[in-house]
Amino acid sequence: MAKDGQPVRLYVNGAILGYKRGLRTQNNSISLIKIKGVDSKADTDFYLGKKVAFITKASEKNGTKYRVNWGKVCRAHGSNGVVRCRFSRDLPPQSIGGRVRVMLYPSRV
Amino acid sequence: MAPQLKVNGTVGPKKAKAPVAAGKYYPADDVKTPLVNRKAKRNNAAKVRASITPGTVLILLAGRFRGKRVVALKVLESGLVLVSGPYKVNGVPLRRVSPAYVIATSTKVDVSSVDVASINDAYFARVKSSEEEEFFAGDAPKPAIVSDQRKADQKKVDAALLKAVDATPMLKAYLAARFTLSGNDKPHNMVF
Repeated sequence: MAKDGQPVRLYVNGAILGYKRGLRTQNNSISLIKIKGVDSKADTDFYLGKKVAFITKASEKNGTKYRVNWGKVCRAHGSNGVVRCRFSRDLPPQSIGGRVRVMLYPSRV
Repeated sequence: MAPQLKVNGTVGPKKAKAPVAAGKYYPADDVKTPLVNRKAKRNNAAKVRASITPGTVLILLAGRFRGKRVVALKVLESGLVLVSGPYKVNGVPLRRVSPAYVIATSTKVDVSSVDVASINDAYFARVKSSEEEEFFAGDAPKPAIVSDQRKADQKKVDAALLKAVDATPMLKAYLAARFTLSGNDKPHNMVF
């Protein structure tokens, strides 16, 4: 249980690996995400369809200093638990190596 | 040989017509068949996944009550799920939640004695204040007023619900505890 005052965490962290790509071409509209604790293709099944939030800090706008780029998990990428995600705006290149939050909704359990 | 009725072979699967005794004559006019009423079909009740049933303990995933464990009372016509904390236990009032934003657990509470027949989607409809009133009120934050009707209903529902909750040991503490991920928790391996 979270300590008093600590927010409840209802998401799993993911790392942005880069874009879907070949040797010479890359597809900016699909980002590859490694979800923490997910190491096999079978494990990715739980996360398919889940919302992904890429959160950045910026100047205050609409009463918040944070901006969120929402996306969702499309499908598995390979067999090692990496997933392909699409975001409402493609992730910027400087986000590579960064973090996203993989939410637990929409829920199927 | 007796005259045999032939079913016309058309493309695609078609319901096999029951063979009618072939008469000597057939009607001169085409018999009109009513068109399929799509609207009537659309009226189907919303479906929610099988794991959500009245009495299931749900974990809310988003919104101001995220992480709270609540009891599902019934599925409303709109497809939203009516839940109650109960309010006394964890502060969640009678409220509607989208099934996409809940995790259904295997814990069940017996809600057969809880009467929520009178609570439907219309019950939660917002009362619009007139535009004029709003203009004069300006941007001043309006105090949240809970109507006496809601308070009474909450009391009535929770009274029955709490009885069922108290009957099971540990259940009250379970409902009062928030759900959260910590450390290296793997929700994909969890059995809820």
